[in-house]
Amino acid sequence: MAIVRAQGLGKTYRVADKQPGLAGTLRHFVSRRERTIQAVRDVSFSIEPGEFVGFLGANGAGKTTTLKMLTGLIHPTSGTVEVAGSVPHRRQADFLGRITLVMGQKQQLIWDLPPLDSLRVNAAVYGIEPAESRRRIAELAEMLELGDELRRPVRKLSLGQRMKAELLAALLHRPAVLFLDEPTLGLDVNAQARVRSFLADYNRRFGATVLLTSHYMADITALCPRVLLIHEGRLFYDGSLETLTQRLAPCREVRLELHQPMGAEAFASYGEVEAIEGREVRLLIPRERLTEQVGRLLADLAVVDLSVSDPPIEDIIGRLFHQGALA
Amino acid sequence: MKVAHARRIAAVLLSSQYAYMLEYRAEIVLWALSGVLPFIMLGLWSAVDAGDGLGMSSLQLARYFLAAFVVRQFTIVWVMYTFEEDNLNGRLSPYLLQPLPLVWRYVAAHLSEQATRLPFVAMLVGLFFLLYPAAFWWPSVSAVLLAVLATLAAFALRFLMQFTLTMVCFWSERASALERLLYLPYLYLSGLVAPLALYPEAVRNFAFWTPFPYMIDVPARILAGEPVAVGPSFAAMAAWAAVLLPINLLLWRRGLRHYSAMGA
Repeated sequence: MAIVRAQGLGKTYRVADKQPGLAGTLRHFVSRRERTIQAVRDVSFSIEPGEFVGFLGANGAGKTTTLKMLTGLIHPTSGTVEVAGSVPHRRQADFLGRITLVMGQKQQLIWDLPPLDSLRVNAAVYGIEPAESRRRIAELAEMLELGDELRRPVRKLSLGQRMKAELLAALLHRPAVLFLDEPTLGLDVNAQARVRSFLADYNRRFGATVLLTSHYMADITALCPRVLLIHEGRLFYDGSLETLTQRLAPCREVRLELHQPMGAEAFASYGEVEAIEGREVRLLIPRERLTEQVGRLLADLAVVDLSVSDPPIEDIIGRLFHQGALA
Repeated sequence: MKVAHARRIAAVLLSSQYAYMLEYRAEIVLWALSGVLPFIMLGLWSAVDAGDGLGMSSLQLARYFLAAFVVRQFTIVWVMYTFEEDNLNGRLSPYLLQPLPLVWRYVAAHLSEQATRLPFVAMLVGLFFLLYPAAFWWPSVSAVLLAVLATLAAFALRFLMQFTLTMVCFWSERASALERLLYLPYLYLSGLVAPLALYPEAVRNFAFWTPFPYMIDVPARILAGEPVAVGPSFAAMAAWAAVLLPINLLLWRRGLRHYSAMGA
């Protein structure tokens, strides 16, 4: 039985529509105009207990609005939603005790006090006995590789340490459903990897259901066998990551630094030229030909440096929607 | 929620908020210093020697304004400004997702801030008596207990009133302007600038139909040993609370429906 179920979910906002400049300001003051924004339209999906699902989409696609409706922070304009057997926006205590929402850029920890103080508050609020809360804090701190940091004021912690402490605070009550909105945003590569491995471990150990949004493709590939793809408020894809990757990113991006600048025509036989800036070139090369073409590039050209990466997920999604590949 | 659970939440919230307020003790001292308006008013009223003509001796005036200063220190409410900031910065969202009504976090923050400013207020009171020893008096135990009760009730009423206005934050990003607007009647009708006993009778009668005199004048007069209609005053406070509470709950429910989790 699904633990998260959304059916025809929609959210409409009214926002002020103001032209720039003094004239626009005066017009807006005299006659305030608003327009309607449909942030989420007719979104339906369900998630089984224990699933780890990635939620992908460009900025403004409707990911965060959907998460807010799933957690009950905002009321849907249309459709129905049920999470852990409850209607989220009724905000019943039992429901709130079974979910958590972690937002990469927002914090619940008290800024000037050590995380342990906030954890004490959370333990009391969720009715966790002191001995049990100490045991859980020790267990989660070990999984997150947190030690003395829990006794230092939050403002003195690095971004990575702070994020890990936020995760600890958000998971102390051992929620069954985790909504994670960009939990690795702004973290360095090592911290991202640690948070990823913690989330995978947590999901395995406690059988928690996770819905994760992230701009880092590495988060999604490492954690989410299934992904939901949303664009302009509509759900466009719900399925395995493998199929999505083949559809969305059949190419990888190769960045070259050359000894001498060269024209675009020199790269035509290697792949699609994305950009050329002086001695730096960006190429898109199909995944199945990557090894062969990189070998040729290194053999044929005077290459100073070369790196291979997935194009940013936003670029891929944007390009494919522009080309109508998923429409 | 069971009593033991509620007590544990209260104890933990108060102790963590007190620790937080201690981090900002210098700022709180400055805030306490900025609340010396009753002393300024005492200086003005003494200079024009108005009290004697209107039925209050200069000694009574001094005691009233000292008591008003103390009551004011423990009834200062700033929930609207904090709530507005939390709303704009998206900090409300994590708290709204916890099984604890948000209001208790703000109540705990206010009570902890009062505890932080308590020693400084005691020092200022000591300094006042050092400079003006003739004004020294020992209020009776019953007067102190009643004044503490009246001050707590005044704080609760002031908090409820501001928290009700605070609900406008769900619809407006600058709702605190309303509180600034309300500060004027509060200033003149609460007894901060003068004891209401010195006001013309018509103004005084009007004032007691508003909630403001119960926020300063009534508890201050109890503490200063002036005659007060205790029963009707507490009844008026309860009546105002009975009016404000349902409005507050209604606006809270409507506000949550309208909430768009700004900045999140």
